[in-house]
Amino acid sequence: MSTHYLPEGLPAPAQEPIAQPYWEGTRANRLVVQKCNGCGKHQWGPEWICHRCHSFDLGWAEVAPRGRIYSWQRPHHPVHPALNGHGPYLVVLVELPEADNIRMVGNLLGDPMQEVTIGAEVEAVFEPHDEATPPYTLVQWRLVK
Amino acid sequence: MSERTLRGKVAIAGIGETTYYKHGQSPDAEFKLALQAIVNACRDAGVDPRDVDGFASYGGDRSDGPRLAAALGIRELRFSNMHWGGGGGGVAAAVANAGAAVHSGMANCVIAFRSLAQGQFARYGRGNQSAAVGGDDAFLAPYGLMSPAQRFAMKITRFMTEHGIRHEALRAIAMASYHHAQSNPNAVMRGRPLSEEKYDASRWIIEPFHRLFDCCQENDGAGAVLVVPADRARGLRHKPVYLLGAAQGGHHRSAAPVHNAPDYASAHFKTVARNMWEMAKLGPQDCDVVQAYENFTGGVLLSLVEHGFVDPKTANEQLVLDNLLVSGGRMPMNTSGGNLAECYMHGLEMVNEAVRQLRGTAINQVKDAKVVAVLGGPMVTPVSSLVVGTEDTL
Repeated sequence: MSTHYLPEGLPAPAQEPIAQPYWEGTRANRLVVQKCNGCGKHQWGPEWICHRCHSFDLGWAEVAPRGRIYSWQRPHHPVHPALNGHGPYLVVLVELPEADNIRMVGNLLGDPMQEVTIGAEVEAVFEPHDEATPPYTLVQWRLVK
Repeated sequence: MSERTLRGKVAIAGIGETTYYKHGQSPDAEFKLALQAIVNACRDAGVDPRDVDGFASYGGDRSDGPRLAAALGIRELRFSNMHWGGGGGGVAAAVANAGAAVHSGMANCVIAFRSLAQGQFARYGRGNQSAAVGGDDAFLAPYGLMSPAQRFAMKITRFMTEHGIRHEALRAIAMASYHHAQSNPNAVMRGRPLSEEKYDASRWIIEPFHRLFDCCQENDGAGAVLVVPADRARGLRHKPVYLLGAAQGGHHRSAAPVHNAPDYASAHFKTVARNMWEMAKLGPQDCDVVQAYENFTGGVLLSLVEHGFVDPKTANEQLVLDNLLVSGGRMPMNTSGGNLAECYMHGLEMVNEAVRQLRGTAINQVKDAKVVAVLGGPMVTPVSSLVVGTEDTL
């Protein structure tokens, strides 16, 4: 049985240089995001400049893999051939209060038909795609019991 | 110092469109459709197409200005302009950019247009088919977030949940467009009326707020308007339709990557609407008709709220079908059928309809219409809107 939430065949992340520490972090089950060495604030997605203080000296920092659901959707219509016949799935937007409220998109693990509540607490689950070339790891989310 | 404004300075003197088709069904190539709409707009205005000296478009239109100028034998090209952003966020901006060009003296006679042949080129509602994706998509597509509907759905979920707005409000928006399309011979959905039952029974595209009829079609066709200085418009064939206000852009970091816009549950019109009303010296209460771009009905809701037409507290009561119809509605909306039911020409068809309403020649005519607002594609930063009026409003 596949350990992946969605079927094989969806696009893989290109793992571009601007985001390399993030992708390396996920391979080690760590959530690493941009943190400005100028003002000390986190920002996401990766950018070349800090939008707050305009420093180009952007570092990276591990953050707590915890957040809360900021919004959600349950797509039914398959928008990619890999999703044909798959059925509905859950996409969540997760806010990270411990990292200046940056947000990340992922899937909410568990029953795709479960009721979803904005504000619910979630934790990251690292989903390795070891068979991919190059391998990569996605960051998924599950409800904190 | 004189006031910097486009209010009353420029006018739409001609409108043109092609036959509208379901996606992939145009017998003509996209570029030919563009040419047809442009020639029709010039004919409507009584202007020789060779006297056009500029083109403005948006959404990455593939019919580029210099090629159009060559094909039409234009004597001199003075203005070529593409507004950034996808879809119809830039529809009002293209008209305003044409207006800014003729008002500033950079050009004299500019066409704003949109042409689409989805059969000839790719469709919008399919995800990226590449093996690997970069940029923002690297953090979205692997999770199955790929289509425009999916990119915007979580804004709508959050806004509607926060304000307790029911799906029925969106149903009314969809039904208004379908209702008006039934009397429009050029509407793709003419002859296919939408009932509450049909809407409620339609399949989910995305829960919780996107049924099939909440989503726009994809279509083939083209639309164009001819923009000239106000003085010149007065000497042409039709009653001029004056640009009263226009604005484009987005609020603070509205295009922040990976869904990180600080004010997220928004159509991104908050500053744009304010700037448009300021230029027009008008407000939503002054409009006789609204044309509100539907990519998705939830986006229309956000757009109406941010332009001041709807209060989120009373949205459930305001957004009912009777209130949106030409016959008896307090806020007649999408009077030719809009993107949902006339044609998804990225809103250009709505600019044409605004002009017909002000000329008094619309099929579903709002009696004595003097001011019409056109709200461009919501959520697609940089967004844009405009308001146009008759001579009486100057």
